[in-house]
Amino acid sequence: MKYQVDERGFYGDFGGAYIPEMLYPNLEELRENYLRISESESFQKEFQSLLKDYVGRPTPLYFAERLSEKYNTKIYLKREDLCHTGAHKINNTIGQILMAQRLGKNRIIAETGAGQHGVATATVCALMGMECIVYMGALDIRRQAPNVARMKMLGAEVRAAQSGSKTLKDATNEAIRDWINNPEDTHYIIGSVVGPHPYPDMVARFQSVISAETKSQLMEKEGRDYPDHVIACVGGGSNAAGLYYHFLEDLRVNIIAVEAAGKGIDSGESAATSALGREGIIHGSKTLLMQTPDGQITEPYSISAGLDYPGVGPMHAHLFRSQRAEFLSIPDQEAMDWGLTLSQMEGIIPAIETAHAFAALDVRKFAPEEVIVFNCSGRGDKDLETYIDYFKL
Amino acid sequence: MNRIDQAFQGDQKLLSIYFSAGHPELEDTVPILRALQDCGVDMVEIGLPFSDPLADGPTIQQSSTRALANGMTTEKLFQQLENIREEIHIPLILMGYFNPMMQYGVERFCQKCQAIGIDGLIIPDLPVNLYHEEYKTLFDQYNLYNMFLITPQTSEERIRYIDRVSSGFIYMVSSASVTGAQQNFGDAQGDYFKRIGSMQLQTPQVVGFGISNAETYRAATQHSRGAIIGSAFIKFLEKNGIAAIADFILSIRKTID
Repeated sequence: MKYQVDERGFYGDFGGAYIPEMLYPNLEELRENYLRISESESFQKEFQSLLKDYVGRPTPLYFAERLSEKYNTKIYLKREDLCHTGAHKINNTIGQILMAQRLGKNRIIAETGAGQHGVATATVCALMGMECIVYMGALDIRRQAPNVARMKMLGAEVRAAQSGSKTLKDATNEAIRDWINNPEDTHYIIGSVVGPHPYPDMVARFQSVISAETKSQLMEKEGRDYPDHVIACVGGGSNAAGLYYHFLEDLRVNIIAVEAAGKGIDSGESAATSALGREGIIHGSKTLLMQTPDGQITEPYSISAGLDYPGVGPMHAHLFRSQRAEFLSIPDQEAMDWGLTLSQMEGIIPAIETAHAFAALDVRKFAPEEVIVFNCSGRGDKDLETYIDYFKL
Repeated sequence: MNRIDQAFQGDQKLLSIYFSAGHPELEDTVPILRALQDCGVDMVEIGLPFSDPLADGPTIQQSSTRALANGMTTEKLFQQLENIREEIHIPLILMGYFNPMMQYGVERFCQKCQAIGIDGLIIPDLPVNLYHEEYKTLFDQYNLYNMFLITPQTSEERIRYIDRVSSGFIYMVSSASVTGAQQNFGDAQGDYFKRIGSMQLQTPQVVGFGISNAETYRAATQHSRGAIIGSAFIKFLEKNGIAAIADFILSIRKTID
């Protein structure tokens, strides 16, 4: 297993748990129990049943005929945008709320950037009747009013992170501080494959349902249980980790990760961590991150709020360094154009994050007989205002 | 002998002060050190500012942010401390998050500390096991002590492990919280201080987090060898300036000495 986490919590050079001692008991409790709990029969039964009846899984693997014709290759879309709450994020929050219950926790905290993970967390807390506090950067609260309203309607308390740059990384810092201050009754639901071990592995496992379903659906449609390419956008990287998961060790499958170039890699306003980042530590994980020469973490930029994380999950840092995955970066403009293209060619309005992935079709060539699976990770409702402004709709 | 060990000889209770280098003003580092030594502070933690100080409360977050805005960097701090041992003789500890040290180069960082006369480091986000496996040899090579934190939630087994790996002192975090001044300590903290005090550890313990005045200082040092004050000092400094530092130190020690 070259690309999975090792027993020390590392993916190659990356990962681990670089955390203050105050967090050690919390994380140790999680590390000691997460595999036993998540692999237990009672957990799996409840998890699978909620994924089916509440989230709406399995999500379809849809053959995009018009797109396939235009690009002269076989294009499938894994329709995570059809999950309850509109994106893959809920696969993880369902898994983690069941984990929290079994660890005896009754208070949930989470961080959110654009608000998608916050909504997915508030949703499962409502489902289970648990107290929910979501940390969100003060700037993001102003930019993402509809999602703030959704969280409130679901009964969550939204707390503004006023420190640093007042965005996702600061919301994550505040959630970590809350966990330090509440070491006994609280579970922290991290929204991506980031943070200290065991979070990247635990979140990837909960998202791995995406590739498990893809395998059996491909078998049905193509008579083989693997594609030639899997393609997903990467911010922190949870939807990508979910799509890649069961193909990581299968070298017949080419892995493509698409990052947000923002206004261009060299513009100073970008979120292309693989191109611009250096090895360092962010939120308890050794990974690639964007930082000053002095080691201060810098603020990324992308038109899509879900991709502007200054780091990347340690699994992805390892896939990049080991060259197991191809990394592309796509600027705002091309991603926005793809939002329109997918809408008008397939009748699917994608999240702007998701739209980045499709731009891979313009960047590299695919053969006619090749099978490509895109993770259609989220729907575009939340981005309507951005689309309206951009296209003057 | 390492200056930290020297400071722990004898029975007196130690007072240690933390401040963020480069705050309130970029060039305040050396004048603050001078003032602290002059009024009898036993030890100092010089904070290396970081953009994302996740174990710190609002006061140190803000002082770090402002220090960075003032232009503080690792290189700049080393320049300011270049000749510090000509006039400062109390133990000096650099306290900061691991990422800036990694970017400077851990070995180069250690080398520089030794050349300047830094006695030890406190790196809250470098856990004891990772330190033990990867960096201890390097720290030993440059005669740098590395101090670890324990909290009320730390298990006895782990405290004993930390005691074995530690040099200098064990940094006892007063309660399950990020840094920040508290008005007083409750029974739970008293019990915790007593419990650790009775473990007969080989490494002396110093209490930090939440110490803000003579009362909390006295409570913290009743069962330990000393206490560290950070946020309360930083707030005082912001308001009253370097010239008034002696007043602050006197106010902490008034009921003790």
